[in-house]
Amino acid sequence: MRASMRVEPSPAMPELRRVIGDGDGHPDGEVEGLDDAGLLALHRSMVLLRTYDERSVTYHRQGRIGTYAIYWGTEAIQAGSVHALDDGDWVFPSYRESAIGLLRGMAPATILAWWRGHPAGWWDPRERHVASICVPIATHVPHAAGLAWGLRLRGERGCAICYFGDGATSEGAFHEGANFAAVMHAPLVLMCNNNQWAISTPLEAQTRAATLADKAAGYGMPGVRVDGGDVLAVYDATRQAVQRARAGEGPTLIEAVTYRMAPHATADDPSLYIDEARVAEERRNECLARYEGYLRRRGLLTDELAEAARADALAAMREGIAAAEALPAPDPALVFDTAYADPPPELMAERAELLRLLAEEGR
Amino acid sequence: MKTLVEAVNDGLHTEMKRDASVMVMGEDVGTLGGVFRATAGLRERFGSDRCVDTPLAEAGILGTAVGLAMAGFRPVCEMQYDAFSYPCLDQLICHVGRYRWRTGGAMEFPITVRMPYGGRVRAPELHDDSPEAYYVHTPGIKVAIPSTPADAKGLIAAAIRDADPVVVLEPKLIYRTARGEVPEGEHVVPLGKARVARSGSDVTLVAYGAMVAVAEAAAERADASVEVLDLRSLKPLDEGALLESVGKTGRAVVVAEAPRVAGFAAEVAAVLAEKAILDLRAPIVRVTGYDVPYPYWTIEDAYLPSPGRVLAAIGKVMAF
Repeated sequence: MRASMRVEPSPAMPELRRVIGDGDGHPDGEVEGLDDAGLLALHRSMVLLRTYDERSVTYHRQGRIGTYAIYWGTEAIQAGSVHALDDGDWVFPSYRESAIGLLRGMAPATILAWWRGHPAGWWDPRERHVASICVPIATHVPHAAGLAWGLRLRGERGCAICYFGDGATSEGAFHEGANFAAVMHAPLVLMCNNNQWAISTPLEAQTRAATLADKAAGYGMPGVRVDGGDVLAVYDATRQAVQRARAGEGPTLIEAVTYRMAPHATADDPSLYIDEARVAEERRNECLARYEGYLRRRGLLTDELAEAARADALAAMREGIAAAEALPAPDPALVFDTAYADPPPELMAERAELLRLLAEEGR
Repeated sequence: MKTLVEAVNDGLHTEMKRDASVMVMGEDVGTLGGVFRATAGLRERFGSDRCVDTPLAEAGILGTAVGLAMAGFRPVCEMQYDAFSYPCLDQLICHVGRYRWRTGGAMEFPITVRMPYGGRVRAPELHDDSPEAYYVHTPGIKVAIPSTPADAKGLIAAAIRDADPVVVLEPKLIYRTARGEVPEGEHVVPLGKARVARSGSDVTLVAYGAMVAVAEAAAERADASVEVLDLRSLKPLDEGALLESVGKTGRAVVVAEAPRVAGFAAEVAAVLAEKAILDLRAPIVRVTGYDVPYPYWTIEDAYLPSPGRVLAAIGKVMAF
């Protein structure tokens, strides 16, 4: 099986869009919208995401964070798409994109606190236009559709992007959200990270559609299929989808085809179901190395720049985990204080009772 | 004089006029004005962007409302019928009641969900349910149920203005039979304030929605002096009014048309057991629907609490 074509193509299947060549028979392409500085900024974002992910797996093994959903190998999908947005555009992550806020300047400590189950992992979505991490599958698709619809109603230029996996396309919430987005002409990009596995369930057990992009036709929106390991192809597809959205032409579904190169989460044992040889092959062709090869062939990336990007990201993570671990134990009053703007009086009575008991216990 | 459904309509008009961020959305709410006409005239008055006919998708309606709230709107979602609201429970439980908490209290989700509910309308199955317990049991959600036209207008206004998500269940049985004076212009009935519908000294009937009239009918026929407390809000619950009334009468019968097991009547009984035990002269008795699927309409009257069943319960607590 060729690594560049991640699924067996059927006659109806559109070709995967690729920009990055292989330094051999397949030539490198170019994309509009990214100058040299932009290309290098994109690289730094990928390195930051990669470093966050790798360090998080280590932190989990060290007992410093809880269960963690690994995203190794999908940095191209996340960074490529975010770089095609303006900072005012809205991002709706699933748990697979838990650290995507880093690309909007969110502190690693905030996201690490989220994975540590600490309330400091809460954030105000309005600060960076990054919605809260969605834990249930696909239920944030209608949120993104509604927000994008709201932007249109307000006459604002912004748009939204929503990330979800291949398994999410089986959920009713995906269908309802995509359909609403289309009906309401919502300026929305639906970004499907098709890593071909929903925990242990392979894509062929998820759908009989030839491609997930084909589902777009059912909503009357374009469906685009890109190589999810090609950050420039993801960037370019997102950029075009964003242009459509801003022009009032409604949503676009992008299927970024990749392969899950790591366990679903730190609690998962993929040896029970996955083809380890395939995983090893995919990891040899992973997105960051491919992009670094591209940048080096263009003479943009030097060893010094690559090392600096990695060193900066590692420093940010060291600082982040130290800050997360230095957080004081949260006030138990927070159990009560954030669910309602105007809490029911009986809840406040329970709050007072618990705090009194805790004080008596000397906690 | 207005009917209850006209008062709902009045409340929606008034709040949409008052606040341009309020928008009504749901199935058939626009051109048709809703299957019960609760939203009639809104589209003509406020346009199709503020009174939106949505796709037929209850989870999509409430899910997009979450996003609209994030964009600064105050969505008022109509669920066409009580039991058709169940698909929206996914969004309600996973997100509507949680999102504020998830942002550390930073972001507000002022979403109103309103729907006709309850039985005895001679309809096919799943047009008759009393789903309040699902909503009340969901943290982060408030629940109001009017029984009079004035309260319908006022509770709708309170729900729309509230910074938290509020579910308003409207008793469809009395949509057109409950008539009463409704204040003109802005009218708010605060959440968490019960109403003494009838004063009495021997027994308190606790009810809400269409069961208030059933309780009142029983009270008329009872030998005892019966107080009827219309809760109006299930969450926040007016525990003060509940304890005050039962403190006076010493007896409580809770009337609700939902199935008995773990229903809201059980919550009322638990509050009284915890906080009014020394005031009680008899066990708290529940008169509710039964723990069965809501029956076909030719036998639904046997399922629903009736004045006769309430009278039997009054007799029981008086004789204890």
